[in-house]
Amino acid sequence: MSSKTENNCNCQCNCQSNCQILPENIVQFIDECNKGHEPKSQLIAVLHKVQEHFGYLAPETMDAVAYLMQIPAANVSGVASFYHYFRLKPAGKFHISVCLGTACYVKGGEAVLNKFREELGIEPGETTTDGLFSLEVSRCLGTCALAPVVKIGETIHAQMTADKVPALIEQHFAMAK
Amino acid sequence: MLDTNTEKKQITLIIDGEKITVTEGTTVMDAAEKIGIHIPRLCYHPRLSLEGSCRVCIVKVKGIDSFVTSCCTTVSEGMEVQTNSPEIRQARRDIVELLVDNHPRECQTCERDAHCELQNLAYSMGVRERLFEGKRKRHPLEDSSVSVVRDAEKCILCGRCFRVCHEIQGVSNLSQQNRGFSTVVTPAFGANMDDSVCVQCGQCINVCPTAAFQEKKHSDRVWAAINDPNKFVIVQTAPAIRAAIGEGFGYEPGTPCTGKMVTALRRLGFDAVFDTDFAADLTILEEAHELIQRIKNNGPLPHITSCSPGWINFIEGFYPELLPNVSTCRSPMTMMSTLIKTYYAKKTNRKPEDIYVVAIMPCVAKKFEMERPEFTIDGMKVTDAVLTTRELNWMIKSYGIDFRQLPEGEFDSPLGESTGASVIFGTTGGVMEAALRTAAEWIMGKPLEKVEFEGVRAVEGLREETLKIGDLTLNLAVANGLVNAKILLDRVKSGEKEYHVIEVMACPGGCIGGGGQPYPPRGYTILDPALAAKRAGALYSIDSEKKVRRSHENQGVLQLYKEFLGEPGGEMSHKLLHTHYKPRLRKGIK
Repeated sequence: MSSKTENNCNCQCNCQSNCQILPENIVQFIDECNKGHEPKSQLIAVLHKVQEHFGYLAPETMDAVAYLMQIPAANVSGVASFYHYFRLKPAGKFHISVCLGTACYVKGGEAVLNKFREELGIEPGETTTDGLFSLEVSRCLGTCALAPVVKIGETIHAQMTADKVPALIEQHFAMAK
Repeated sequence: MLDTNTEKKQITLIIDGEKITVTEGTTVMDAAEKIGIHIPRLCYHPRLSLEGSCRVCIVKVKGIDSFVTSCCTTVSEGMEVQTNSPEIRQARRDIVELLVDNHPRECQTCERDAHCELQNLAYSMGVRERLFEGKRKRHPLEDSSVSVVRDAEKCILCGRCFRVCHEIQGVSNLSQQNRGFSTVVTPAFGANMDDSVCVQCGQCINVCPTAAFQEKKHSDRVWAAINDPNKFVIVQTAPAIRAAIGEGFGYEPGTPCTGKMVTALRRLGFDAVFDTDFAADLTILEEAHELIQRIKNNGPLPHITSCSPGWINFIEGFYPELLPNVSTCRSPMTMMSTLIKTYYAKKTNRKPEDIYVVAIMPCVAKKFEMERPEFTIDGMKVTDAVLTTRELNWMIKSYGIDFRQLPEGEFDSPLGESTGASVIFGTTGGVMEAALRTAAEWIMGKPLEKVEFEGVRAVEGLREETLKIGDLTLNLAVANGLVNAKILLDRVKSGEKEYHVIEVMACPGGCIGGGGQPYPPRGYTILDPALAAKRAGALYSIDSEKKVRRSHENQGVLQLYKEFLGEPGGEMSHKLLHTHYKPRLRKGIK
């Protein structure tokens, strides 16, 4: 494949014309990686930046990374789908992370998770059709004294119970309006 | 036992009580092999990188508590290795049992029954029952592609497919996706094969130890056509088939079986048996003409061959900017099918739609090529089915034909005549050599003293040769295995090298190592240069025994020009035998 790494593709060649979908700072970061030692080892760092920017890793953005870093797309998607941290579907406006670490689990975290599943009608890893809520299970947020905890966005909700779930959802639903 | 390589340090170790000295860097597996100890293995493949994922080849090394994999452990001085003990055998059996447990129980109805490495291994390890009943992975059969079918339930994650796809073919279409129990081998983003950058070469099928990759079968439609009284069913066979078909019937690799193959095809019920070699001779006349025109008219050069459909898929997707350099000649298979449905139909007063053309090919990408809309004649598909050598082998056995007892048959006329030049089309450098036999004579205006051009036979995968023909100096390059083709194309793009002619065959060794060839018999592995050399040897022996060894002396082809086509590169040829390829943007995302 060509080693061309410009961000403007006007060619009839194989380059994915969607290279432009990556923001300038990520393209620059990739360029720096490409000039450095073992550039391909920076793939995970690049994917972190892409996820930070877009909220998740879409096939189109991974394809652009693959092209710019000259790593086969199959390998990029292999890495992205291997690591738990990478999200392959868009997150909701409110990303709900229910802790099932030991302390939270023992104190009823699973019932809280089940209530979220029931109320939102989605499974962990999924996003509601209106794009407002996405659900995820996490393992220990380091706030065991507050167990069981739920993190929505950057906010920790302590001593959660299943009963508190509907009101919490309602509250965020109102915030979205 | 001593290795002759004196530059590297020699290491002495003990394997199963026997002292052995080997070169530094040798693996325990290879060292054991030297003293006649075959350590069982599964993911290991001698021509691919080390994966070490299956753990079947474990051994004990003194001083190390856990088992170590012998395929990726190198020897060290004073090492004491034990390859066999009740404990080691039990552990290996457990590993294979766990693999089998997560595998469909359908050996009797599986395509690879009796040719399956997992099945053979389970048998030799003594797996006689299933002790680890548990959850089994479930994946739907993925048959979106017209040539390669993926059955992830049969995959044991040995990684040979994605290693061959990346390391030998440079396509990197496949990779492991997801994690743990959910791990599955797919194209990028879990896309279907049809939505991927797959070039359909079929090497994944060849290296797969189970039936996780298979060609899409055409045998049912061929049986149906043969049994349809209204169809006149014609079969054509590619050069590489005769060099490998015998392997399925117990012949040593490299045994030419042309005559028996023809008889077997007649017994299967084909109405006429033609030789794709005839069309290969025709290709040479057209291509040599095209090449000479390009040299006279200053380009476009390099002239790049176009016979290999996996290669065409590759250049369309990965190097579309070089498409103007590709020969406009359609492949011999398509030329032959086109002639059958035009020239032959007219000559024998048959309607083209009553003729059913089956091509026996060493190739699975031909199943894709036959569907190409640019190869239709007035909207009619010219090739109706493509069978791989493996499929034909099975059909012959299934029909109850005792191949070894068959008398020798002859191809039918008028499309059965061939020269030595066309038969070597099936191996690397063959198209180049055949073209040179004709082009050199045309350029110099006198017959060649020696028709062999050994310098272009790229047995090592990549070869460059400079040849003087009269006043003309030609820079030639030949590649097989797409990773080698990439090297050449990058040199062309960067302007580092100026070539006149480049021959590329997608598969390692050329068509003889195609994705549709028989699984090699015991004692040989796929991608093994020794196997390729034997199969190529069969073709060279047929070539050397031919009275006519230059394409432009094929009387049938000359007759065809007289009666039907006019002249090479003429109007009729252009309409029926040439094409133009279009860039195919890489897919892989939906």
